[in-house]
Amino acid sequence: MNWTVDGHEAYAYSGGKVFDPALPCVVFVHGALHDHSVWTLLARWFAHHGHAVLAVDLPGHSQSAGPPRASVESTADWLLALLDAAGVQQAAVVGHSMGSLIALETAARAPERVTRLVMMATAYPMKVSDALMGTAREAPLQAIEMVNVFSLSSTAAKPSYPGPGMWLHGSNRALMRRTQALAQARLGINLFEHDFGVCDRYANGLQAAAAVRCPVTLLLGGRDQMTTPKNTREIAAALKAEVVTLAAGHSLMAEAPDGVLGALRGALA
Amino acid sequence: MPGSSDPGFDTLALHAGAAPDPSTGARAVPIHLSTSFVFENSEHAASLFNMERSGHVYSRISNPTNAVFEERVAALEGGAGAIATASGQAALHLAISTIAGAGSHIVASTALYGGSHNLLSYTLARFGITTTFVKPADIDGWRAAIQPNTRLLFGETLGNPGLDVLDIPTIAAIAHDASLPLLVDSTFTTPWLMKPFEHGADLIFHSATKFLSGHGTVIGGVLVDSGAFDWQASGRFPELSQPYGGFHGMVFSDESTVGAFLLRARREGLRDFGACMSPHTAWLILQGIETLPLRMARHVENTRKVVAFLAAHAMVAGVGYPELESHTSHALARKLLPRGCGSVFSFDLKGSRRQGQAFIEALKIFSHLANVGDCRSLVIHPASTTHFRMDDAALVAAGITPGTIRLSIGLEDPDDLIDDLKRAFKVAERAA
Repeated sequence: MNWTVDGHEAYAYSGGKVFDPALPCVVFVHGALHDHSVWTLLARWFAHHGHAVLAVDLPGHSQSAGPPRASVESTADWLLALLDAAGVQQAAVVGHSMGSLIALETAARAPERVTRLVMMATAYPMKVSDALMGTAREAPLQAIEMVNVFSLSSTAAKPSYPGPGMWLHGSNRALMRRTQALAQARLGINLFEHDFGVCDRYANGLQAAAAVRCPVTLLLGGRDQMTTPKNTREIAAALKAEVVTLAAGHSLMAEAPDGVLGALRGALA
Repeated sequence: MPGSSDPGFDTLALHAGAAPDPSTGARAVPIHLSTSFVFENSEHAASLFNMERSGHVYSRISNPTNAVFEERVAALEGGAGAIATASGQAALHLAISTIAGAGSHIVASTALYGGSHNLLSYTLARFGITTTFVKPADIDGWRAAIQPNTRLLFGETLGNPGLDVLDIPTIAAIAHDASLPLLVDSTFTTPWLMKPFEHGADLIFHSATKFLSGHGTVIGGVLVDSGAFDWQASGRFPELSQPYGGFHGMVFSDESTVGAFLLRARREGLRDFGACMSPHTAWLILQGIETLPLRMARHVENTRKVVAFLAAHAMVAGVGYPELESHTSHALARKLLPRGCGSVFSFDLKGSRRQGQAFIEALKIFSHLANVGDCRSLVIHPASTTHFRMDDAALVAAGITPGTIRLSIGLEDPDDLIDDLKRAFKVAERAA
């Protein structure tokens, strides 16, 4: 479905059902160079089990127009504006990687509107190495290869995502390449460098945590090489979060779709 | 996983898509000969059917052994995913039927396997899908043949049987300028010799019966999607970008940005047409793929020796192998196929049809049969077998003469293969 936010078209996948803002709402926020399609299975499950679902494309990503916001904080403002446009008063917010920081900041900026917060494959601070930022700037396709390998912990994650027969290394690479190419063509920007810069610069995590009022779950990949679980201790303590760790890498939804669904059903119950 | 890039080709050929079986510890890929898979409960069943979970329901749609095969081929091709099919022809049909219907049009190379030519010329025409054939090197012809109802451009990496090298970068650019995908049949080259996605192709299929299996034991096919083509932006593919009544109004391009084509192909094409692969077949092809790098290197090495022998023989009018400077695709082969041009090629025998028959019947190591890509060497006379349905004009267009003989060079000792050919030439000479 499409809404207009700040004069730009904003797309959110509603899980294969007509969006009904009267139902309890779950908002899914993707990470860097990704889009709503990383949430397909979860979005469909929640949409068909009594929820209204908004799996957003962040500005400048895939089907959402407009430039990407310059920071985690301003992207959280965009997300709240999207909720306004969709007629959603309160929602559970689930974010992955960069999206987890946006979810955190959203919960902090509007604590009365966020009923549950789930931060997946997260870390705080989410610093990006100079080497990767440099590669992102100079050779983004090479940087995509690096991130793709770091994001996946196996060459045989079963039953694959969104269904059998998908090669996760190939599909994740194709998604990142396409998102990067679209942003380059439409906006003339290096989205990889932008998104990783947004993660790297975010410095409001602990202050945001202090403002969060809802129950929080951290859902981590025990084999995550992008945002290693050891880098979550401080933010987990600040949020008084329940921490769930799955046997997967950074791409939790793709590598452990059933495990993530089970954890989310618990976290959002 | 170490390193900052995907594992190499040889590693992927052994490991992609497979890990020790978690329930038994089996190291080799188990053969899951089960039609169906038990649901945990009613909710689990419903969520699998409604694509709220990933998993296996019924082996016509997906199967754990087939999934390993699919992931492995996708990994070797650099694709997003794949679908195993009952044959290479089933893979071609699945590709076309997923994005074309009555009133659609295809632009295809003239240099195709006879079965593919037949499918496009006659069978699909009966269902309202028409094809314009273009010589693979006629670049302007490809562009000119595109119509408002065109849905696909299609050719073979190495055209059958003359081995015209498809100029994939150029033809892909023509396709993309028209917001169309390029499908290639990569059977003759396998991803070890060429990865068409790296040159701009969008969809690949193989007759896995051939080199991927490599042992002449099973019939199978596989269709691979790069995940790069933007079906939604194209505006020509409502099958993928508009609600599909056959799956609760699903819009496949919304469900999966890079997997829309494969989702529809599996949830419509495999479900409704049913040309699925047996798990036993998938397992046998996986055994072949594990040694694909070793076999392809030897296939090419042997072929070069046989080609050199034939090119110098007095009874040979010409050898159609793109590594020879005399081949019209030589320059393209150097660019796109630096590892070699495979092991299937044709040569023209001087002499009568009777001499040609005597030649083939005198061979002892080469087996006279209708297949290629076996570990054993094979021979056939295309005009009277694989391409017999084509009329004279189509034969000429495909580069086939009555004296054309096609060889598929296997993994035997190359000296033995050359001795076999020498013996056959002598018999053919006496038959004049």
